[in-house]
Amino acid sequence: MKLIMAIIKPSKLDAVRDALSAQDVHGMTVSEVRGYGRQKGHSEIYRGAEYQVSFIPKLKLEIAVSAAQADKIVDIIRTTAESGKIGDGKIFIFDLEQVTRIRTGETGETAL
Amino acid sequence: MTLISKKLMAGIIALFAIFILASPSLAQNADINATINSTLQAISDAASAAALEEGATAQEAAAAGSDAIVNAVSGSFGDRDAKIFNTVLFLVGGFLVMWMAAGFAMLEMGLVRKKNVSMQGLKNIALYSIAGIMFWLVGYNIMYGGEAGGFFGSIGTYDFPNAGEGNADAGYSVASDWFFQMVFVATTASIVSGAVAERMKVWAFLAFTVVLTSLLYPITGMWQWGGGWLAELGFSDFAGSTLVHSVGGWAALAGVILLGARKGKYGANGMVTPMPGSSIPLATLGMFILWLGWFGFNGASQLAMGTISDAADISRIFANTNLAAAAGAVTAMILVQLLYKKIDITMVINGALAGLVSITAEPLAPSVPQTLLIGAIGGVIVVFAVPLLDKFKIDDVVGAIPVHLLAGIWGTMIVPLSNDNATWTNQAIGVLSIGAFTFVASLIVWAIIKYTIGIRVSEEDEALGLDKSEIGVEAYPEF
Repeated sequence: MKLIMAIIKPSKLDAVRDALSAQDVHGMTVSEVRGYGRQKGHSEIYRGAEYQVSFIPKLKLEIAVSAAQADKIVDIIRTTAESGKIGDGKIFIFDLEQVTRIRTGETGETAL
Repeated sequence: MTLISKKLMAGIIALFAIFILASPSLAQNADINATINSTLQAISDAASAAALEEGATAQEAAAAGSDAIVNAVSGSFGDRDAKIFNTVLFLVGGFLVMWMAAGFAMLEMGLVRKKNVSMQGLKNIALYSIAGIMFWLVGYNIMYGGEAGGFFGSIGTYDFPNAGEGNADAGYSVASDWFFQMVFVATTASIVSGAVAERMKVWAFLAFTVVLTSLLYPITGMWQWGGGWLAELGFSDFAGSTLVHSVGGWAALAGVILLGARKGKYGANGMVTPMPGSSIPLATLGMFILWLGWFGFNGASQLAMGTISDAADISRIFANTNLAAAAGAVTAMILVQLLYKKIDITMVINGALAGLVSITAEPLAPSVPQTLLIGAIGGVIVVFAVPLLDKFKIDDVVGAIPVHLLAGIWGTMIVPLSNDNATWTNQAIGVLSIGAFTFVASLIVWAIIKYTIGIRVSEEDEALGLDKSEIGVEAYPEF
């Protein structure tokens, strides 16, 4: 099993979710995060003092999938979350050791 | 008593008698009306005759006649009505100014970071309460219990007539006057609260508030509104640009100087790290609440509503107050757009408030163009003063010093523009004397507190947030 962590632009969430629900993806976790990669920040002024905002708001999606599905899911996320501009984000793939469904106690791919 | 006024008196007494007798005898309405009419006619004739004797035209004499009728009917009731209306003015104006405490609370809570919001709320609740108690305990009599031309009133609590025994002999009810003056002290105390936010110990702040509301404010207030030496000199401050706003501003300035800036605010080479507030909606709401309360602050400072002239003046004060705020807001908005290419809403908020403070010294006399100018300059002051304070590493979290101290000085100094009874010299004397006294006295008090219980929280507590370290209740506990 794999854990896919995707950092995407907040405005792309609906598109990604819609595309993924058309596949066999049964759930995801979304958190609000801030980050930067090669996208430079911008400057803001608060009460006359200028400052650099380097941490840009993003969304982090975490999706647990079977190893067989992983590549397809990554591809779908990449194409729907893309805008072509700097700051589109990144997708990380982790090995997922074990999954347990809390309600029933099932483990493994049936718990996905 | 002249012959004419004797006739008028006789007429009034006759009218009274008629009204007393008239109530039970509806059947005799026609007779009573006839008597009333002839009495009124007699009063009118007497007044017209007197006017003609003094060389008036026939038209003027007729006008004098009808005036006499109006006065005869309303005169005996007029005194009672005036006392009631004056009292109502104090009560309504008073609770509007009380509502400004909510305005300050919202504004300050919105402009501090999440981890310090409960603290700002608590400070505002506490300072308002303390101000009320101290003003009864000692403040009122220090301020109003003195001799004309003096420097200090008397020591003692201020007591109200027992229930059912008030008679408004002074022209208004005693407790309404105390209530109205009390909410003004509270306003002064709340000015300090915003400037010293996010790093001051709560009990240190409240200790200063006790002294400010029981001693400092009443002393300088006595100099002017208590009939003291500044009033005799001819200093003019209608609703308190200096007595309330500058006093609060000086106390705040002394405090932030001794307190120091928030950790990390100022860096090397003039670098300034902004610490944006937690809630623009709260800050905006706070501004509007203050704006509303200011109609009581300025309007009820007319101190009388017993005549049509007073009512008209109060109306004019409401209009000028609003226009000054509007001018301050718009000016600040245009300036920040030009300077920074974006419109910083917190500066626009400050601009509106600075406009209000600026007009507070003279909200009655100025024409509308003058009012707009006065408010606009208030807006200009805050836009330039806020970053200027940062240059001097004076960390004023909410802009209290530009809005209340600097705009307060401006508002006081510009009074002679529209008010012929004020002079530039006298205004300057008032501003400087009250400034010097308040600033020096505040420094002393802050220093005493600093070197006894300490005024600043530890670095750890400051980083953790005062809500956790001193209040124990987080404003936003869920994430």
